[in-house]
Amino acid sequence: MDELRKTLKIIKRKYVPLIKSPQTFLLLLTGMAGFMSGSCPVHHIPTMLAAAGSLFLAISGSTVLNMWYDRDIDAQMPRTCERPLASKKLLPRDGFLFGIILSLLGISWAVLIDPFYGAVVFAGLFFDVVIYTFWLKRRTAWSILWGGISGGMPILAGRVLSIGHLDWIGIALALGVLLWIPTHIMTFSMRYFEDYQLAEIPTFPSTYGFQTTRITIAISSVLAALTMGAAAYGIGMSVGFLRILIVLSSGLLFLAVSSTSRPSEQLNFGLFKYASLYMLSTMILMIVDMM
Amino acid sequence: MKVMTPIDRITLLLTGLLAAYQVVVGVSDKDPLALVSYTVAFGVLLVAGLLLIILGFSILDAPSVAAVSSLIPLALSLGLITEHVPSAKVPYLVFAVLGFIAIVLAKFISAEKVGVLVLALVHGISGLVIFILPLFLSLQGTTPNRFVFVGVGGGLIGIGGILFSFLKTGNPLLDKKTIYRLLPGLLLMMTASFVWGFTAV
Repeated sequence: MDELRKTLKIIKRKYVPLIKSPQTFLLLLTGMAGFMSGSCPVHHIPTMLAAAGSLFLAISGSTVLNMWYDRDIDAQMPRTCERPLASKKLLPRDGFLFGIILSLLGISWAVLIDPFYGAVVFAGLFFDVVIYTFWLKRRTAWSILWGGISGGMPILAGRVLSIGHLDWIGIALALGVLLWIPTHIMTFSMRYFEDYQLAEIPTFPSTYGFQTTRITIAISSVLAALTMGAAAYGIGMSVGFLRILIVLSSGLLFLAVSSTSRPSEQLNFGLFKYASLYMLSTMILMIVDMM
Repeated sequence: MKVMTPIDRITLLLTGLLAAYQVVVGVSDKDPLALVSYTVAFGVLLVAGLLLIILGFSILDAPSVAAVSSLIPLALSLGLITEHVPSAKVPYLVFAVLGFIAIVLAKFISAEKVGVLVLALVHGISGLVIFILPLFLSLQGTTPNRFVFVGVGGGLIGIGGILFSFLKTGNPLLDKKTIYRLLPGLLLMMTASFVWGFTAV
């Protein structure tokens, strides 16, 4: 019993933080929203649970591999230096193995459920780990684009699994997430500007300046809101829920535009938080409305 | 600055959820303008609740807050007039639009005293409409008795408006900390009254 408690404690302290639970949960939720957008009411609960399980493993796996590869830069940034791999609480080999096992399990499970669904899940992992993390993150601020594309893959995968093919709604949903990513990431990179400078990671604020970044965020927010709105309309979201979506989108636009005209650290942080809440609410609205 | 407590956050979350519920179910399908007006009013309440949770009470010091929050009484009163006094729809729409533009302009040109005056005038008229019209309609029997709660909400919004107006003029009726302590509860009671009243129709 003591041994088990000890093992659980180690897992909780060293392995669970590698998964970045809030981010993984949000991406998983987008995947579930994508799935339910095409097959609600859900007639096949086992498929839904399998989709959730495979996505959770694949998203977690890519996050762990990302953290494994970035452990050197994480160690240089005050915000991330306490992460298990950066602080050397966990051996790099163990972190790598953990990431690979999760990824392989997630992808294999996804392929077994449906090969096309598995391919989309794999594409998400490939874009995130290979293109974004290994190749571009340390070279160009535009790596965010590939981070965004990989972020849009869970919702696309969910949609593909539920309807069996690619359609404009699935692409619009993925595009909505892709366009939302800059609001989330760029506000974050402004808030932790010094950290990224220390680690010499090129970001939009360090490459193009704060004001250009704010304008990019505002444009991106407008496009994300419009795309999500179009996708929600395409899904057949009820009028009442569409009204809520418009209200929440207006809040996002208000903050993004305010942040451009009257920039402040407080507003930037508010926009960052609100953007997460916006995506969370949008996904919950889609799921609840489809039930 | 008063720190937001977990109770404040829960109270504001409930306010946001109630406002969201009202946006989803809508209030009126008689006139699109009424529906849009009510959606704007409850939508601003919802977003305001979320922003207060995220940013804390310090957001209330932002210059745009007074202008944006004036949308709540303006839009609600416009919805009520459009739905229940259709003959006054166009003049009131003109008043609401001009009133809002005047509030924004006063903020934009930093005309502090004019701004407070305009704000008090616009808030006062729209607040009275929200307070009196539902009472009148209920007493007259045009709407169910429960609709009177919309007026109660109007009264509460009026109390909030008065507290903030005096605070902005530098002659607060209550100190800032007390106002902030009361605000989440006031917003929840106000929204609950509105929802309770509107769902009666």
